[in-house]
Amino acid sequence: MSVAVQGATGKGSREREPRPGLLERVKRSYAKHWYAYAMIAPVVLVLGALVIYPLVEGIWLTLTDANSLNVARKIGVNEIPASYNFVGFHNYADILWGPGSYDRFWSHFIWTIAWTAICVFLHYTLGLGLALLLNKKLRGRAVYRMLLILPWAVPTFVTVFSWRLMLSDGGIVNGMLSSLHLPQPGWLTDPLAQKAAAIMVNTWAGVPFMMISLLGGLQSIPAELYEAAEMDGATPWQRFRYVTMPGLRTVSSTVVLLGVIWTFNQFNVIFLLFGTGAPDTQLLVTWAYRLGFGQIPRDYAQSAAYGVILLSILIVFTAFYRRWLARTEQANG
Amino acid sequence: MSTTTERPTPVATAAPAARPARVRPRGESSPPARALSHGILILAGLIALFPVAWIFYVSLGPDKSDYLHAGGILGKLTLSNYQHVLFDTDFFTWFGNALLVSGVTTVFGVLLAATTGYAVSRMRFPGHRPLMWSLLVTQMFPIAVLIVPMYTMLSDLGLLDSYLGLILVYSTTTVPYCAWLLKGYFDTIPVEIDEAGRVDGLTPFGTFWRLVLPLARPGLAVAAFYSFLTYWAEVPFASTFMLSSDKYTLAVGLQTFVSEHDAQWNLMAATAVLIAIPSAAFFYLVQRHLVTGLTAGASKS
Repeated sequence: MSVAVQGATGKGSREREPRPGLLERVKRSYAKHWYAYAMIAPVVLVLGALVIYPLVEGIWLTLTDANSLNVARKIGVNEIPASYNFVGFHNYADILWGPGSYDRFWSHFIWTIAWTAICVFLHYTLGLGLALLLNKKLRGRAVYRMLLILPWAVPTFVTVFSWRLMLSDGGIVNGMLSSLHLPQPGWLTDPLAQKAAAIMVNTWAGVPFMMISLLGGLQSIPAELYEAAEMDGATPWQRFRYVTMPGLRTVSSTVVLLGVIWTFNQFNVIFLLFGTGAPDTQLLVTWAYRLGFGQIPRDYAQSAAYGVILLSILIVFTAFYRRWLARTEQANG
Repeated sequence: MSTTTERPTPVATAAPAARPARVRPRGESSPPARALSHGILILAGLIALFPVAWIFYVSLGPDKSDYLHAGGILGKLTLSNYQHVLFDTDFFTWFGNALLVSGVTTVFGVLLAATTGYAVSRMRFPGHRPLMWSLLVTQMFPIAVLIVPMYTMLSDLGLLDSYLGLILVYSTTTVPYCAWLLKGYFDTIPVEIDEAGRVDGLTPFGTFWRLVLPLARPGLAVAAFYSFLTYWAEVPFASTFMLSSDKYTLAVGLQTFVSEHDAQWNLMAATAVLIAIPSAAFFYLVQRHLVTGLTAGASKS
């Protein structure tokens, strides 16, 4: 994704023309930009009304003590006006270093980071491995591809329910483990096993996207490069290291960024596997949901504050990631 | 070189033996390596298949605790769960709701996003970079950042528990995403086509409408399929904003079978299978395009 932006801005030179006089230039650019603005108007309006406005409203809420008991609401015919107060940055301070902030924020923060790192790593390595195998001339490649894409084809809320059945006490997974005389953890009840189960299910569900994207990337690497490498007597490992990996760089950087964003914000797997119970296994995003909608009274202000913190983390990460990409790009010529 | 293996592939036998034996042609490997590849792929395929097959198998057992005694299901295979789900629950209502909401969101998103995708792909104007950034940043929105203000906004407007409300909420992510995806696709259409249109006296709108849009039909289809599949299976917003059971989408309805008091796993499994069949069929029909559409923007720019 990020790469697409950089590539596109570079393309601007295509439209540059010899510079005419100033007045002419202003006129011409006005005509040109008028079209552009007319074309982006619908999206800008939608973004403004449906994203920016709620975002501003949400940020405002984080500075108050709003909850479901003091926001404006209607009970029958009576309209009760909002009665929440401005509290400044109290919510942020409370989340980050208030009493019990370790249990409420930092433990979830650490788990979310670990979860993102482990899941994206597994998605990428397993996806790349399978893509490399599928890129070989093997018999029945199409069948394997159809099978391997299945976790992506079936909606997550369906497959996660299936995993929940399989992982329950006395379910098929523990049945198999017991027949192998292995320990049978309580996948849906024991905190550590819950985390393992969540990572397992999310990996299962996320590999196909990586695999297919990387397969597309592999197939776009020109065959001549491999032929040249073979001529030079490169070993398979050298071909992988010096032809395949550089050839995959653009696709990889895109899918890793997408993978990080999606995994960091992953809601369905945790929510459907454990519901709003299992406090230890809640990611920041499901925890924020639980504060806002899974308890009574609903703590709107803190929930929104979590959302803002999450978004800031992702924006900072993306900025660094893109800078790092640009640097390695330069370093590699 | 492969005539002695038990798995001779047509490709391998056709390959000329003239190549130096040391370096094999790319994409072909020695028999043991090939057997290993097949082994890994078969194992991975089984892992990918198993949970889906399992829920299908469980859905055939009549009792709600049958998933615990899987062997017993074989003796009493029945379609009664399906019968119950189809005729005694709101399945078709939920199905219709999900179809309506995700369908309208898709059409709305693609229509609005198309001109923007074109504008950011072809034109440079003040505000171009901030716009691209905001399109990217909206992809990162965790649901938690919008769900609370959206909830209060919709309840102010009286749009909670309504199709329109949910469609508006979905548009927040689908419009920027489609614009992004379409920008990637428009980038792959040669600029020379636009220039030819301009030379022939078409306005930028005319060029877009008459020349580029018809060429971008595959890209439009990808954006449409992608957002459709996403919102078809969306959970958090739907389960927060849709309050009455005749407004549930499938993702919410499915959860109603499993409550704290009574977990009807067998009915849940049957419903899950009924949901999975059309969406998987749909997915397989379009997946080839989906993949090229997803990577087009990244690999070709």
